[in-house]
Amino acid sequence: MSRQWIGQLNRWAPYALTPLVVVAALPAIGPGPWVTLTVAGLTMGVMLFMVASGLTLIFGLMDVLNFAHAAFVAVGAYIAVTVLQPLAGWTNELSMTLNLAALLVALVAAAAASGALGFVFERVVIRQVYGAPLRQILITIGALTVIEQLVIAIWGPQALPLPKPVMLRGSVFIGSSSIETYRLFALCVGLAVALAMHLFLTRTRLGLVVRAGVEDREMIQALGYHIRRVFIGVFMAGTALAGMGGMMWAQYQAVVGSQIGDSMTILVFIILIIGGLGSVGGCFIGAILVGLTSNYVGFLAPKLALGSNILLMALILLWQPRGLFPITEHH
Amino acid sequence: MTNADDTLLRLDGVFTNIGRYRILHGVSLAARRGRVTMLLGRNGAGKTTTLRTIMGLWKARLGKIIFDGQPITALDTPHIARLGIAYVPENMGIFGKLTVRENMLLATGRRGFDPQHLERALESFPALKMKWESPAGSLSGGQKQMLAIGRAIIEQRRLLLIDEPTKGLSPAMVDQLVEALLRLKREHTTILLVEQNFRVAEAVGDDVAVMDEGHTIHTGDMMALGANHGLQHRLLGLSMADSV
Repeated sequence: MSRQWIGQLNRWAPYALTPLVVVAALPAIGPGPWVTLTVAGLTMGVMLFMVASGLTLIFGLMDVLNFAHAAFVAVGAYIAVTVLQPLAGWTNELSMTLNLAALLVALVAAAAASGALGFVFERVVIRQVYGAPLRQILITIGALTVIEQLVIAIWGPQALPLPKPVMLRGSVFIGSSSIETYRLFALCVGLAVALAMHLFLTRTRLGLVVRAGVEDREMIQALGYHIRRVFIGVFMAGTALAGMGGMMWAQYQAVVGSQIGDSMTILVFIILIIGGLGSVGGCFIGAILVGLTSNYVGFLAPKLALGSNILLMALILLWQPRGLFPITEHH
Repeated sequence: MTNADDTLLRLDGVFTNIGRYRILHGVSLAARRGRVTMLLGRNGAGKTTTLRTIMGLWKARLGKIIFDGQPITALDTPHIARLGIAYVPENMGIFGKLTVRENMLLATGRRGFDPQHLERALESFPALKMKWESPAGSLSGGQKQMLAIGRAIIEQRRLLLIDEPTKGLSPAMVDQLVEALLRLKREHTTILLVEQNFRVAEAVGDDVAVMDEGHTIHTGDMMALGANHGLQHRLLGLSMADSV
């Protein structure tokens, strides 16, 4: 095999991984549950992507590993509860329009609140520890605890119910496969967010600056861009996405606890590592892979469900030590 | 060497530290408008640090950097770049995941490409046209260098700072690059150029500043230095003066 051919194979193989997993699962699972699990896996994947994409961008651009990211997930989820309680009239109405309008309001509120908190967090906490990785870890883990305790102080220690809107309860059938309606909704929202992010990063000047900044922060400044301003914008966007992800995840589970974000943290870090730290495209593929693997393995061998993602990460790192889509060495 | 009027950039006694180490020990030099000033010296002499200090990437601890009569010592890098100073670092600073077009676009103003400047850049470096939508990371070393310089001239700049553009390039690619630099020189672009290849320095330089161990040890006319082998030997050592 020529070297060029191997190069091409290495280039395209990461893209082929997800379809391969999907196809390989079919004979092991059987067609009926396979459709259900595939949709469930994709839904879980896009929701995880919402949370993980912000974190990977923050790391890529700012070299900051924000362990407090899970707190923004919780804030988004609790804000959704607060917004949806007075909108119960809309969510209990047999009207798709009113149901979706209520969710849209909650989604915007969750994103705005998390984004605003992210702005304050960047100014007060993160700004003090740029370029100091050990202090970043300590201070962000500490901040996670503080924010979670503040959430408990405001909303109480009990988990709060977050029922799905009437029209998004139940399931639809595709052949003999049952698919939860909310999952289809969440899948559409997640894909819309991913598409919007893709368009922002590839079609706008600011997106171009973010992508370039992830590769080489210094050079982007030498081209006249104030990277600090971009940092703040990216941090706010990242935390807003975490808030949206928190809201979607909480609605999916129909309940919100102060540690909702913690349960996602391990999966989110696995996704970041699989995708290649700083890579949004890699983050998307990593999230889908984790979502699918969790669901397939959870069905085939429930006891291995959590371990399966760690195994997946280990296998990918053995093959591609810097993740599937590594960003050029920088800084 | 210079009159106050025609000096675009002046460094007066600039000291720069990197961490605990002092790298520049009072560098003084000037770049005149419309001329190519060569910054020569052995490895580790402080040439790259000088360019990075001018760009604000490392801060001068002492001394003054004056650009077009305005002190820029305390300004941050984006501010300095917006004054019209373009920087081509030794590693070229190419964004490998972005296409050639996107790399160039990042260096343009809010209105995007100016057709005239774009044509000039692509005329100087036709290879860029052919690779326009290719990821910059897939370019050869020479093509990346062309992209780095093309990106620097995609807008009207007042000063180009270029760090060792010929490093690691094939002789044919060096010739092409020299031709492009000569073209910029004919257009009266002000350039401060760090170069290890003395033949290139002779071909494009008008003025010269020689550095050693963080000091400026000589400033003068490039042609005069080219003609004075004894001076070359004393200032630069055999290894550099003999390189062709």
